[in-house]
Amino acid sequence: MAEHFVCNISELAEGDVRIFEGEGLEIGVIHHRGSYYAYQNLCPHQGGPACEGLRLPQVVDVIGDGGVFLGQKFDEDDMHIVCPWHGYEYHLTTGSHVCNAALKLRKFGVETRQGGIYVQI
Amino acid sequence: MTFTPGNHLIEPSREDFDSEQHLAHAKQQAVSRGYEDFLIVDVDSHHYETEAFQEIAEYIDDPVLRLEAKYQGMARGGVTSIDGSYQEMTGRVTRYPMRRREKTPPTIHRDITLMRRWMDSMGVDMACMFPTPMLNIATCPRVDVETALARAYNRWLCDNVLSEEPRLTSMLYLPFNDPDACLAMVEEFGDRKGVIGFMVTSTHYKANNDNAYMKTYAALQERNLPLGFHAAYTWGDQSTRLMNRFISVHALGFVWHNMVHMTNWIVNGMPERFPKLKTVWIESGLAWVPFLMQRLDNEYMMRSSDAPLLKRKPSDYMREMFYTSQPMEMVDNREALELTFKMIKADSQLLYSSDYPHWDMDLPSTIYDLPFLDESAKRAILGGNSQSLFKLDPVFAPWKLAHRAQCQDAPAA
Repeated sequence: MAEHFVCNISELAEGDVRIFEGEGLEIGVIHHRGSYYAYQNLCPHQGGPACEGLRLPQVVDVIGDGGVFLGQKFDEDDMHIVCPWHGYEYHLTTGSHVCNAALKLRKFGVETRQGGIYVQI
Repeated sequence: MTFTPGNHLIEPSREDFDSEQHLAHAKQQAVSRGYEDFLIVDVDSHHYETEAFQEIAEYIDDPVLRLEAKYQGMARGGVTSIDGSYQEMTGRVTRYPMRRREKTPPTIHRDITLMRRWMDSMGVDMACMFPTPMLNIATCPRVDVETALARAYNRWLCDNVLSEEPRLTSMLYLPFNDPDACLAMVEEFGDRKGVIGFMVTSTHYKANNDNAYMKTYAALQERNLPLGFHAAYTWGDQSTRLMNRFISVHALGFVWHNMVHMTNWIVNGMPERFPKLKTVWIESGLAWVPFLMQRLDNEYMMRSSDAPLLKRKPSDYMREMFYTSQPMEMVDNREALELTFKMIKADSQLLYSSDYPHWDMDLPSTIYDLPFLDESAKRAILGGNSQSLFKLDPVFAPWKLAHRAQCQDAPAA
């Protein structure tokens, strides 16, 4: 396993993504709520650059008593990575597709130390 | 590279958009799969004619309508309009909000540059291009406006795009609400460079077996120009008005309207009346075809008196028609997809299409990677079938030609 220095912590603001190449792979490192997540920048659907898209929260249908539809809201605690080619959505913290857990972005370990961000490939 | 999405509820804050960067992975697929060795034709792709609408409006003959069009524009309405909807997925598919930022050189028409960029990235050599919002003039209640805009668009496209780039072609829009204008359109544009057929937007509420269209079909048959039915949706239809989500309107609408036209076409014996007129069913995916084949065959065996012109089962006629591949239903249904390919005789009748840049676009790899196709069938579907149907003179992407030349010049190992 090789370790790659990505950038300094100060260079990746909350909400940002840094794409880098290591070991022949494109990898995206995402900074979300103080944590860092690394995934191969490759959507298993048609090969899109999954890490280059938006992050959007899970949309929720709000159902009240008796099965009555009340409206919709965002679940900010379930942020998604959205592939910019077709909109395939993956849970940001796990890389699993929101509709099919068997469909996953390839995940890598991330470590921060001495002001730097490192990814294990 | 660093992207700065910032507020995740709006768009990424990259200043520019670059089709080739957006599709860099598509180019990798094209190179790794050796697409330079064969022709790829995309029979259904789109441009956003709205960016050039002021140019197109200049082609409107009626000076009053021309001024109206230039003032009002051609963009879809907002979230409350019948066709406004939210097809763009609230920015999830980033090329929608960002495409306007893409820089192009002033020396060549912007639409040509943008088409070349995505085609080169995907490994597509030739494309049949269609407009985007203007497909919906089919539902315009003012028939004279549909006809005037259709003619203006067709003239503009021929003069400014098709005449300039041999890799680009089109099946031109027929203003189906005006049968006489359809015939005039075929007669005026049928011989123009890059015109490989004509197209009806399927949200038209006109029966295609109406006698008023027979002269148009005869004119198409005489010129050996295929007739396409390009699927679309409208939230204004009585049935789709029952639906509250775009996924519903799109999933059913794009199939439903073509099922209606296909059924009328078959039951009224159009393939017998115009046996050499080829039809292409565009952007409805494929799953609907086996369904309709089975449904019509079953009823035809009991009620052949309703379709007395037919000499064979409906499915026999449908197997002789052509279908574009996108949006190909591909989720967990490999067995059904393989059977579908057999039922429609995909090896000779299926035409690859991307529908780029729309949200449900399909890359050539959706065909090339199918395990049940041999190399010959893959190449036929990706380009060979279209080359035969439309009698295309192949024009390859420059990067493919350069790559081939490079390989020829390389010393043997």
